[in-house]
Amino acid sequence: MRHLRLLLTLALLLGPAHAGAQPKPSPDEFVPLSEIPPEERIPAINLVAAAYGFVWVAVLGYVWTLGSRLKKAEDEIGRLERKAR
Amino acid sequence: MTTAVKIQLAVATLMFAVAPWIVNAAPHEATMGLVYKIYFFHMPSAWMFMLAAIVSGVTSGRYLFTKNPKADATAVAAAELAVLFGLLALVTGPLWARKAWGVWWVWDARLTSSLMLFLIFVAYLLLRQFGGPGSEKLSAGLALFGMANVPFIYVSVNVWRTMHPKTSVVPTLPVSMGIPLWFCVTAFLLLFLALLSLRSLLERQRGRIDALYLAEDEA
Repeated sequence: MRHLRLLLTLALLLGPAHAGAQPKPSPDEFVPLSEIPPEERIPAINLVAAAYGFVWVAVLGYVWTLGSRLKKAEDEIGRLERKAR
Repeated sequence: MTTAVKIQLAVATLMFAVAPWIVNAAPHEATMGLVYKIYFFHMPSAWMFMLAAIVSGVTSGRYLFTKNPKADATAVAAAELAVLFGLLALVTGPLWARKAWGVWWVWDARLTSSLMLFLIFVAYLLLRQFGGPGSEKLSAGLALFGMANVPFIYVSVNVWRTMHPKTSVVPTLPVSMGIPLWFCVTAFLLLFLALLSLRSLLERQRGRIDALYLAEDEA
């Protein structure tokens, strides 16, 4: 009984203090841009540059692989035709 | 490579090189500001993604009924382009969304159905690569299934509640935003046509290699 009373007293004393020390909940709702910390803001130009850059890199990469695959196939056809003669 | 393909590639390259200046000249959008300019590459990518899925589906259907190897070659080429342009749309979209919506991704009808279409064509290519004999018929069925998904993607923004802009945005654009958009759409279309021709050629050459190996075995 004494232990229970001690626990209750401790809970009453520490409860409000603990509640006050709780971290801020993560935002699940709309947060205005002005309230977002500066380190979490992404400048629009970075996103635009990333989007255009990605398109360029992906297209050029694809054209390069397509060109090399075509060249490989042409070489193989040439080799097989020479062998068949 | 034919002269037409060379011209298409050259004009598309020139247009892609000029595009940043034309996009830069477009005015900023009232609420989104600069970041909306991703739209000029995002939307043409998404259109080519859907066009590639339709081309792959139609030519796959033709292959299933006629057994024409040229139709199968075009279907494979279009499927690969669906993956390429799908990737462009699915990467540029979240870059825009992060600024406009505050999140990279939402599981709404438009984004989820687009991701599904992309995965269908990834599955198509994996099936062609590792499916063994008969995989061309299975993959043709998959392409038809993918094509059937395209109308749902297109109307999804009008039918279901979503954060994605509706299809009514394009016809209501002012001229100053419409010019860069149609310029980029033309550049992407020329690129799509040139790549489709080249990738189809590669597939036909692979068919020729197979025929030469068979002839060698029989000799």
